[in-house]
Amino acid sequence: MSAISSVFRRLGDEGALVAYVMGGDPDIATSASVIDAVVRGGADIVEVGIPFSDPIADGKSIQAADVRSLAAGTTPGQVLELVASAKARNPKVPIIAMTYYNILFSNGLGRFLESAKAFGVDGLIVPDLPFDEIQEYAPLAKRYGLDAVLLAAPTTTPKRMRAIAKHTSGFLYLVSLTGVTGARADVQESTVGLIQSAKRYAGKVPVGVGFGISTPEHVRAILAAGADAVVVGSAIVDRVAHSQKDGPSMMLVNVENYVRSLKDATKGA
Amino acid sequence: MASKRGGSRAGDYPGAGRFGAFGGQFVPETLVPAVQELEKAYLSARKDKTFTAELERLLREFAGRPTPVYFAANLTSYAGGARIFLKREDLLHGGAHKINNTIGQALLAKRMGKRRIIAETGAGQHGVATAMACAALGLKAEVYMGTDDIERQKLNVFRMKLLGAQVRPVDSGSRTLKDAINEALRDWVTNVKTTYYLLGSAVGPHPYPVMVRDFQSVIGREVRADFKRKGRLPDAMVACVGGGSNSIGSFHAFVRDKGVRLVGVEAGGTGPGKNAAPLIEGRKGVLHGMLTYVLQDENGQVRSTESISAGLDYPGVGPEHSQLKDSGRATYVSVSDDEAVDAFHLISEKEGIIPALESAHAVAYAVKLAKEMKKTQSIVVTLSGRGDKDVNTIAKRSGYEL
Repeated sequence: MSAISSVFRRLGDEGALVAYVMGGDPDIATSASVIDAVVRGGADIVEVGIPFSDPIADGKSIQAADVRSLAAGTTPGQVLELVASAKARNPKVPIIAMTYYNILFSNGLGRFLESAKAFGVDGLIVPDLPFDEIQEYAPLAKRYGLDAVLLAAPTTTPKRMRAIAKHTSGFLYLVSLTGVTGARADVQESTVGLIQSAKRYAGKVPVGVGFGISTPEHVRAILAAGADAVVVGSAIVDRVAHSQKDGPSMMLVNVENYVRSLKDATKGA
Repeated sequence: MASKRGGSRAGDYPGAGRFGAFGGQFVPETLVPAVQELEKAYLSARKDKTFTAELERLLREFAGRPTPVYFAANLTSYAGGARIFLKREDLLHGGAHKINNTIGQALLAKRMGKRRIIAETGAGQHGVATAMACAALGLKAEVYMGTDDIERQKLNVFRMKLLGAQVRPVDSGSRTLKDAINEALRDWVTNVKTTYYLLGSAVGPHPYPVMVRDFQSVIGREVRADFKRKGRLPDAMVACVGGGSNSIGSFHAFVRDKGVRLVGVEAGGTGPGKNAAPLIEGRKGVLHGMLTYVLQDENGQVRSTESISAGLDYPGVGPEHSQLKDSGRATYVSVSDDEAVDAFHLISEKEGIIPALESAHAVAYAVKLAKEMKKTQSIVVTLSGRGDKDVNTIAKRSGYEL
């Protein structure tokens, strides 16, 4: 059983919190501290972004993080080293790398996956690699012992959702809304129905829901609808960006407290 | 697991949304049903006689097709080799080949019941052509354009506004065409149910590269018919390559005619590392939904491009060109900013035609190529657009105050 699957087993009915941190934002050392802060705040799984020049699935917040990270000269190799060091400090928390397909492809798909594994990555999320294009990727990820987390969306048909759930590993990443990443004011009503049907099609595969989630109320609503995990990204990235003027130590406290408020919301009433 | 997808004619498109290893549908899951719906709608429209008849009517009566194939006698004697012919896409409504595609896709959007059209534009030619087609067909157009390009191409921005389109500034990344496409894709992800994305070149996820090629292939078909009437095919077709729509449109009818050389001319900019020539300096990569040659750094970050011609200023290229390059059926060369500007002046003075800077790249190479060929041979250069939009750039370069 993969490290990611073990988290879901260990948590049982408690929802898992997946916290996203952009690697190298605003620099590698700071992002290492941000990872530690989200772990202290109670993140069950950490998603680490490898910046890409053309992040088409991302809204303003994560785009800005890509820009900051790339401006600092972050390379995919440095992010993998960041993962290795974070893993050494927090061995019980699985890490998922999130990036766009060109980063994998351009660095040699097999070679990239092999080194990701060697640096302690447990799984990958590649938002521009839909189900139809995973023929090379999925078997290689499996060979190197990485969970290839696949995405489903509100526009995904039931038949397709069932097939994606069958081929995903770790969990099924359900995109909560028709759109790009970024915090939204409310959880859409349609998201509740979407989660319920995804759960039906996914069977025993855990369903993690992301895009737009930013408050403890959102977390409770998503989990109450039946999700097994919530993924929070832009709201964390925004805190890293906005609270830098308070100095890094204040920012880290903010991030930790924020993540804790989300984690507390996963534990039920 | 992957669904079986129809391609175009057998041999053109070996199934599964690919040109050999290139192409594909590397888009967020949210868009997958949309690109599948688009493919289905396109394949069905293509077989529908009402659709094709309406397309032909609009191309003829609204866009001004067919365009002439003009023997450039003065340019030919200047080069002193093969006979040079110009395929006059610059004479089309709007001043560029872009309208061939926008009329086709706007008609398709209407047939699909989508009233909101989004598009991206670099130099503004595709934006203008989209705005024209949408106005004519009663559709609402919103055009994404990088803020740097908005600054460089004020004339086209105003033309779009006059035509009733909304121009949406894009301030991210390099603030040029690549980022306008990113933003259009994000809009499409968000509004996929109501919106049609009218892509301007033979790039992007399948079916765009096939569909745009098909709409543009009227260029090569007309050239071929014209030469057939004269008794023999041309010896070479030369066209500029940015995303590659006028070139693939020029080449397509000739791909099976092995005796016809196909030459694509990329933007050489100011030299190595400072150009927009992915087929020459790029590596295989995935950008904007397609696997193709991409200008990128050693880590896979897409490189910024440089060219005097905004329409060629793109780090990727249509996947069919990548296949034509790898198979050796077409050859790709580059022409520098300086050479393109020289050709711009040359054809203006010798032929009385002010070309788009994009097309001037093709002219520059054609003159070189003509010198190496026999006087009995012939070259067709696709003059993809007229140069009114570029006179400011040229004036500035010549130190002339407008």
